Amino acid sequence: MIVAERKPLDEIIGFIKDCKKILIVGCNECVTVCYAGGKKEVAILASALKMAFLKEGKELEVKEVTLERQCDQEYLEEIRDIIDQYDAVVSMACGVGVQFMAEKYQSMPVYPALNTLFMGGAEEMGVWSERCQGCGQCILGQTAGICPITRCAKRLLNGPCGGSTQGHCEINKDLPCAWQLILDRLKALGRLDDYDRLISIKDWSTERSGGPRKIVREDLQQ
Amino acid sequence: MNPKTPSKLEKILASGQLAVTSECGPPRGSNGDAIAKKAEMIKDYVDAINITDNQTSVTRLCSLAAVIRLKLMGLEPILQMVTRDRNRIALQSDILGAASFEINNILCLSGDHQQFGDNPQAQNVFDIDSMQLIQTVRYMRDEGKFLGGDDLEKSPQMFVGAACNPFADPFEIRARRLAKKVAAGVEFIQTQCIYNLDKFELWMKQIRDMGLHEKVYILAGVTPFKSAGMAKYMKNRVPGMDVPDEVVKRMSGVDKDKQSEEGIKICIESIQRLKDIEGVRGFHIMAIEWEEKVPEIVEKSGLLPRPSVS
Ligand code: SF4
Ligand code: SF4
Repeated sequence: MIVAERKPLDEIIGFIKDCKKILIVGCNECVTVCYAGGKKEVAILASALKMAFLKEGKELEVKEVTLERQCDQEYLEEIRDIIDQYDAVVSMACGVGVQFMAEKYQSMPVYPALNTLFMGGAEEMGVWSERCQGCGQCILGQTAGICPITRCAKRLLNGPCGGSTQGHCEINKDLPCAWQLILDRLKALGRLDDYDRLISIKDWSTERSGGPRKIVREDLQQ
Repeated sequence: MNPKTPSKLEKILASGQLAVTSECGPPRGSNGDAIAKKAEMIKDYVDAINITDNQTSVTRLCSLAAVIRLKLMGLEPILQMVTRDRNRIALQSDILGAASFEINNILCLSGDHQQFGDNPQAQNVFDIDSMQLIQTVRYMRDEGKFLGGDDLEKSPQMFVGAACNPFADPFEIRARRLAKKVAAGVEFIQTQCIYNLDKFELWMKQIRDMGLHEKVYILAGVTPFKSAGMAKYMKNRVPGMDVPDEVVKRMSGVDKDKQSEEGIKICIESIQRLKDIEGVRGFHIMAIEWEEKVPEIVEKSGLLPRPSVS
């Protein structure tokens, strides 16, 4: 899923300080699961903003809505009838949702309430970490199912570097060294010999470097 | 092994003599004389001089300009190049630029993460890694082609080196990782600073068992401690550094004003012991911001006179 966390309140206030009526829109997918922008977080942000305005002697009218998905044209339509009543939308979706919202409602200011961080998952309650950078040509088959592009701080395809220390990455003792993980798993799989193969220079044109990416599936187009 | 390039370092190694290299860090400013001054201090005591490439990710005068300066002084530089800051276009271009000044040695590195430097907010590149940089230089040299497949005019004649840290984890694959670098085409290795000689011997044994010592020239890396504080810092703060307790104790055991002397002594003793290890083909002396001590270390280690080759 996409993992995000809420921006500091002051930053959000900065966006909407001149508004009188805002629409806060949550999303029921990833950001709900990572407790950043679901229905509950929409309610918390709404009251925090109202309180902050009251303290300044101002009033803020807030409408709370949480859509099934903000990265989806169909669900975004659900607010078409009410959106014009507000001065701005504060979106609690990931960066994709915020942009889909902005694209759909051209004349409406849309502000992000979250910082979108990564594609990852929950290691345990309250701990999320990154697993994939969407490079567009998955090499997990060569790396024992652990992604060095994402999890090695230097995205080494032929690691580990000389800084790997007792299983930790050189940049941070709280991070596992991706190459230690790969080697451990190769060993568990009885495939340590795979390590001896050099991974060749990667074609990054399917990654961010190749420009914004797009998939067209003609079989699904109407 | 017969030399394949005009590199003086390669010729010395191929002749079977112990080679000695050292390194200079470029200044944090545009004063090119600073690098010339450092090189002057050591030039008669070493066969080749590495110029570091924004080491520890601290921004400095570039290694390419600095090696050219040394070359123009008639010296034998080793161009260090990290993949952290340059993509394959810039790397190939810099390799050609260096080759156009007859820089005949390159050390291929991934580089420290930028978090350790003066611009932790920077993007990193890591388009390719150090092994792939080795492959790149060899490809350009041996095939006379760019990575993209086009022919290049006058291929770069570079003796290709890399670093190797026998002390990093997991220890069990460190020799195998060197084997990968050899498969990628590396021709000489400068190791991480060696303080744990027992462990280094163990690693060298693995290297010999794999026959790698016949395929790549290994220069043992040494760095003299200036003080007990430096020994402790290296032990506790530098990732991948293995400084045994006895060494720290030995440094702390002498008076403060005698510590630098003790550091030099330890360094020389290490070189003496390393000389006896089969497969060690020379030394890489990294006297960090202490270049003036290199002559003494080389001399007292019995590494003079330096050979001349044609
Ligand atoms: S190799 Fe690419 S697609 Fe596969 S997990 Fe890593 S970044 Fe994601
Ligand atoms: S310590 Fe491991 S994860 Fe960290 S940069 Fe080095 S190889 Fe990559």
